[in-house]
Amino acid sequence: MKNKGEIYRISGPVVIITGLNTKMYDVVKVGNEGLMGEVIGIEGDKSTVQVYEETSGVRPGEPVENTGMSLSVELGPGLLESIYDGIQRPLPVLKEKMGDFIKRGVSANGLSREKEWDFVPTVKKGDKINGGDIIGTVRETLNIEHRILVPPTISGTISEIKKGKFKVDQVICTLEDGKELTMMQKWPVRKPRPVSKKMTPGTPLITGQRILDGLFPVAKGGTAAIPGPFGSGKTVTQQQLAKWSDTEIVVYIGCGERGNEMADVLYEFPEIKDPKTGRPLMERTVLIANTSNMPVAAREASVYTGITIAEYYRDMGYDVSLMADSTSRWAEAMREISSRLEEMPGEEGYPAYLAARLSEFYERAGKVKALSGKEGSITVIGAVSPPGGDFSEPITQNTLRIVKVFWALDAKLAQRRHFPSINWLNSYSLYTKALGPWYDEHVSPDWVKLRNDAMELLQKESELQEIVQLVGSDALPEDQQLTLEVARMIREYFLQQNAYHEVDTFCPMDKQFKLLKSIMSWGDKAHNALDGGAPIEDIMKLKSKDDLAKVKYEKEFDKALGVILKTMEDEFAKLRGK
Amino acid sequence: MTKEYKTISQISGPLIFVEKTEPVGYNELVNINLPDGTTKRGQVLDTSDDIVVVQVFEGTGGLNRDCGVRFTGETIKLPVSKDLLGRILSGAGEPLDGGPRIVPEDRLEITGAAINPYARLPPKDFIQTGISTIDGMNTLVRGQKLPIFSGSGLPHNEIALQIARQARVRGSNEPFAVVFAAMGITNEEAQYFMADFERTGALERAVVFLNLADDPAVERLITPRLALTAAEYLAYEHDMHVLVILTDITNYCEALRQMGAAREEVPGRRGYPGYMYTDLASLYERAGVVKGRKGSVTQFSILSMPGDDITHPIPDLSGYITEGQIVISRELHRKGIYPPVNVLPSLSRLMNSGIGATRTREDHKAVSDQCYAAYAEGKDLRGLVAIVGKDALSDRDKKFLEFADMFEDRFVRQGVDENRDIETTLSIGWELLAELPEAQLTRIDNKYIQKYHPAHKAKEKEGK
Ligand SMILES: Nc1ncnc2c1ncn2[C@@H]1O[C@H](COP(=O)(O)OP(=O)(O)O)[C@@H](O)[C@H]1O
Ligand SMILES: [Mg+2]
Repeated sequence: MKNKGEIYRISGPVVIITGLNTKMYDVVKVGNEGLMGEVIGIEGDKSTVQVYEETSGVRPGEPVENTGMSLSVELGPGLLESIYDGIQRPLPVLKEKMGDFIKRGVSANGLSREKEWDFVPTVKKGDKINGGDIIGTVRETLNIEHRILVPPTISGTISEIKKGKFKVDQVICTLEDGKELTMMQKWPVRKPRPVSKKMTPGTPLITGQRILDGLFPVAKGGTAAIPGPFGSGKTVTQQQLAKWSDTEIVVYIGCGERGNEMADVLYEFPEIKDPKTGRPLMERTVLIANTSNMPVAAREASVYTGITIAEYYRDMGYDVSLMADSTSRWAEAMREISSRLEEMPGEEGYPAYLAARLSEFYERAGKVKALSGKEGSITVIGAVSPPGGDFSEPITQNTLRIVKVFWALDAKLAQRRHFPSINWLNSYSLYTKALGPWYDEHVSPDWVKLRNDAMELLQKESELQEIVQLVGSDALPEDQQLTLEVARMIREYFLQQNAYHEVDTFCPMDKQFKLLKSIMSWGDKAHNALDGGAPIEDIMKLKSKDDLAKVKYEKEFDKALGVILKTMEDEFAKLRGK
Repeated sequence: MTKEYKTISQISGPLIFVEKTEPVGYNELVNINLPDGTTKRGQVLDTSDDIVVVQVFEGTGGLNRDCGVRFTGETIKLPVSKDLLGRILSGAGEPLDGGPRIVPEDRLEITGAAINPYARLPPKDFIQTGISTIDGMNTLVRGQKLPIFSGSGLPHNEIALQIARQARVRGSNEPFAVVFAAMGITNEEAQYFMADFERTGALERAVVFLNLADDPAVERLITPRLALTAAEYLAYEHDMHVLVILTDITNYCEALRQMGAAREEVPGRRGYPGYMYTDLASLYERAGVVKGRKGSVTQFSILSMPGDDITHPIPDLSGYITEGQIVISRELHRKGIYPPVNVLPSLSRLMNSGIGATRTREDHKAVSDQCYAAYAEGKDLRGLVAIVGKDALSDRDKKFLEFADMFEDRFVRQGVDENRDIETTLSIGWELLAELPEAQLTRIDNKYIQKYHPAHKAKEKEGK
């Protein structure tokens, strides 16, 4: 067998080739147009290839060539602010080369070969370097210093190191054994990048979303899943996380979803400022868009392309968050390819290796000590789109077995426009305990108790609601009516958060704490007043209660809250006086 | 290239298997010549050195192994020109109106390439449909794909036609060009659409593709692609704003299922192919606005939910792709309310970009959110009342219960020819909200309450 073979059979994105020497995951160029594909099966002298582009018109007998490379991404300065398709072709370049519609047979480098970057070495001649070490820096965007890493498989002693402006494929460092390093390296996407060791996450990812930070936090380096039926808020939540999370780098993968949603991000992110740095969000973001109508094999690859880029920034010592919207579409792409291969189907037609692929993917999250000795993390947040909103289906179930945080979206809440529609009774976070000390130190020693009290109240509410369903709320004792009212305040005044409100879209930890504390303290005072004989009708009519409803929208929150707390004191004092 | 093969080895359902061919391209268009002199068309689904699988659009009825098969060497194309406007074509694109063949300016691939997401312009131009439940609560914008989820016997056709008649972008009086594709609907239903198009003069700026219930099911797989190709051509080459109505998506999906079964594929949920999501996306995602091009493609398709079940794979997968859905309710229909739109499960995902101070009015979002919350609460209370009786409700709850009734009666209900502008819709909303205690309007900023709440507006007038 040789380096050139030919097409034997074509069925959609799956092409069978003969007469070509291949290894699993080799990238091959298929047909007269050289369409990019990847070997995903070998049997006798035939190899099965998934093709990343449309195959209409391609015929048996056309030539196939093996590049001998695995599907890889280019890693180096210029990743940030990019938008790629599933196989790291920059969409702006594709538009330039083939117009507004995605045609095929066009290749494009992941990193620009023209752009020059100012390289500042941090090592010198004679230094010994190992895989993963930092040899210099480049200012990639105003706030992000790109650390140039030695590829993990290379080590040696430096014989020459340069300084100044270079393109990503120009040599900046030579080793004594003659190896040459550039600012760019390639890495096969299906293989995790090595780290020195894995560590236990202990810092929360602060998202500015009250129900997430407050009730169900995810740790930096942790994993979370957000399953929900269509229209329940997966995408908006993922986009909120991409906007407001306090990580240094964000990788956002639009996997098999809508084109307009990606266009939205592209228009919005350059305009929105990162609350921490004041710089446009786009400057810390890498977008991957392989929408539902783009080739399905490239959709399968998009998730790996994304996580490999995330690992690369993690290796520089950054906290990275990665959102994949939606992992179900990725799994369906696997199913589509698998069924064309006529593999033995597992549950609901998904391939038997589904669970393994999912856990391999989430396993690439984590807080680590990188080869360079720096600490970095990847937080992975996957949206899941269960058919019919039924969480018992295989993707949701397999995902829940792996991830540590479950944000359960609820269509009922979405229908009444309670956003984010995350069900507070079904969701959970396995990190709350581990993060406790962080809150004590950085928010308040009261935070953990406050949150637990609020959760307990919500739990109590749901029990009382069952009784209300039978007898109506007027039949409840007054103190329970009051409990219901305070629970409603927690839901509406605290948990509800409007992503489209200019102030409320992002809520700092400090504000979250004060808001929840004020609501809970209103509740305590109200119960005291009731015990002291105040009529419940009077308590329910207090102005301070209504004022708490809208204080989250105030630009000058502290001031507004101060006024309300004062009113609250006065009102309750008056009730006592009566 | 156009060699004729007489090597059909097998015929099975809508598929034929052809042997000993020269290399044939995937997805290539195929002509099949029957002994009686007629020709059928098909498309290559699987091709190899040994065997080629072809799906036959007009069905395999009348075919035998003596038929001649010609591979055309190209994929299916639609001849296009501006003269498409005013024409009625079959589901396979042949003239049905007795008019001449289209003299093509171009011939376009019907599969249509994906719009590069980087070339898209996020849709944001508010389309006033004149229907309150849509404009006020689930706003449609130009370039959106927003289907109607309906059920058999419900007035989705009336609603689609009302929208086709009334839809205008604000501040413009220019109507939309309409591309209408029937897939497996009855002749009677199709006539209903055609009569309305003719009555209102809409036909002149419409292109109609008809695949009716008694036309071959396989043909349904190309009908919507022809329609969308025509729509894209008019939008992107002739700067027109096009409204595409595909009906009924459910019939399309049934044809897809039938094809999957014929190919002995492993079926997915409820027998529909595992790739149905991707396939539907290749239709729905052809809506949009492209940077630097003047026209747009808006989709307002009709989908009847089998058994009124929104979790059925057809509405479910659609809802995952489209930018919202307008859900028609049998319950409201029974109550005699037109248009019987149930706003609670309805959604327009692009609403937020289409409304607000510069597009509709600053209080739009707040009014809509508040109406949603109040209506949802009122509807829940109906359930409670059924158990414990109205007297067990608190005064507050009674107000919400009444709100739900008034909302259905005054906001949802309107005439088939009643074209409400957005101000009218919003003021009806405010009138209803004014019946609730003001402290309950927690979704509305105080400044809007001061400005738009009827109680305050009245005071302000007195003050002046
Ligand atoms: N936090 C939120 N604030 C305001 N609106 C929201 C929020 N989350 C979701 N929505 C509304 O719900 C709609 C559907 O949300 P989306 O995230 O697109 O759902 P999914 O991805 O689950 O289908 C959005 O278009 C928006 O109107
Ligand atoms: Mg989504």
